[in-house]
Amino acid sequence: MVSTIATVLMWGVGLSLIYVLYRTIKGHPIERRVVFLYIALTISLPLLMGKTAPVPVTADVQQLVDALNELTPGSKVLAAFDFDPASAPELQPMGVAFMKYAFKHDFKVIVMGLWPQGPQQANQAIELAMKDEIIAAKNLQYGIDYVNLGYQSGAEFVIQYMGSEFKRMFPLDDRHIPYDSLPIMNDISNFSNIDFIFNLSAGKPGTVEWIQIAVDRFGATCGAGNTAVQAPQVYPYLRSGQLTGLLGGMSGGAEFEKAINEKGQASTFIFAQMISHATVIAFIIMGNIAFFITRKKKKA
Amino acid sequence: MRREIPLIITTVAGLVFAVSYFIPHWPFGEAESIFGDWVAIIQAFAIWLGALNLVKVSLEKIYRKKEDALYAGIIIVCLLLTIAVGFYDGFTGGPQSSFRDTGTSFDWIYRFVYTPLTSTMFAMLAFFVASASYRAFRARNFEATLLLIAGFFVMGGRVPLFHLLLKPFTDVPYFSEFAGWIMAYPLTAGMTAIMIGIALGIMSSSLRIILGIERSHIGGGA
Repeated sequence: MVSTIATVLMWGVGLSLIYVLYRTIKGHPIERRVVFLYIALTISLPLLMGKTAPVPVTADVQQLVDALNELTPGSKVLAAFDFDPASAPELQPMGVAFMKYAFKHDFKVIVMGLWPQGPQQANQAIELAMKDEIIAAKNLQYGIDYVNLGYQSGAEFVIQYMGSEFKRMFPLDDRHIPYDSLPIMNDISNFSNIDFIFNLSAGKPGTVEWIQIAVDRFGATCGAGNTAVQAPQVYPYLRSGQLTGLLGGMSGGAEFEKAINEKGQASTFIFAQMISHATVIAFIIMGNIAFFITRKKKKA
Repeated sequence: MRREIPLIITTVAGLVFAVSYFIPHWPFGEAESIFGDWVAIIQAFAIWLGALNLVKVSLEKIYRKKEDALYAGIIIVCLLLTIAVGFYDGFTGGPQSSFRDTGTSFDWIYRFVYTPLTSTMFAMLAFFVASASYRAFRARNFEATLLLIAGFFVMGGRVPLFHLLLKPFTDVPYFSEFAGWIMAYPLTAGMTAIMIGIALGIMSSSLRIILGIERSHIGGGA
């Protein structure tokens, strides 16, 4: 019912854009508040429609999935959650999908954060992943199959010292359990014992620091999920081969969910983002029409 | 001495980090290790410093009965309440638990107060970006037109919008691939050039600071 109402309203909003275009051509461009209203509607209504969009999986995402597919059960993966709730709509679905993939493939997951809020975001991702029937049936144990090492201050220096000894930066985990008492950490001393690093980053410290220190200095393999704003900054590292796969923004998350066959929030959110992008494109076209009309009038 | 001691610390620490990258052995490796611990400790204290500064600024607003004194009061109450709840959960949660664990009061505040508030602030960007695009993305000249065209294809290609429009004719995601090409080549080329420029700038600035030429960070002139 809600979905139907939202769809009807969405058609109404779409058709009203024709009227806005007509007014623009007539020389009456709309004001800023109307743009705000359209954006609010074109983001919120598609979310209520509950539809998904058919995303094609790009090479950057496929590269990450291929790297994960090469890992064997028992592989040790380090998931660094370096973001806060502000970036969660883009990055949290990636975190949940990654956790589901890792647990289903019997990887040993070590979680940490260079941002204070990171470990809590990781807890939420693990909690959601654990609700999956297949994962719940595995009866995974904290400290044996996964662990949350928590937050450590020091930004890139934390990565640097983890290169020589994890324990030095995390003598206790997030639950105050000593490093040596965690069975999962028994044979892990530094990056040479980690098979893959997955970094979710919304800024600094984040993917760039992981690449420059963990990958370049200590030879680790790292894939990343970034906000759409940050993704362009890490493209040079992706092209040079220092970064093994990149999930860029909401579309990266949706592609990742499609590639690993784990439909999640990103698959739903991408539909809303698609509609809002279409609206912005429509406004840009109208803005240019208004611009050319005004210029023509001035010349006349 | 108020200026000389910070200058000596900066110079020694800077040189140690620079040298230890290439010679990670004794004594540089050990010295880097000590300075690294200092960094972690100073950063941890910086968080407290930030919190205390927030309290100071807010208390001043209340004391001087400024216009936004009410909001300053709310900030202090929320800060103290969150800290108190975090400490309470930490001390009462048992030996193998964290105040961040699911189900704690701190987690409730994080999920249902902090997360919606920060998400709301960040979500405002959508409105400003859309409004700015409407007003500023104009084909005024050749460069602006190039930017407009690139933006048009990236915006439509990074989401399945153009792919959906083309779907009745072909399954090949041409626009998505074209957006990917823009990201992979023109963007990467520009970004790499910017990064090299920034790196060179950082190196020269760092050298000036290490050698004591640049002193603005300790209150002196260049």
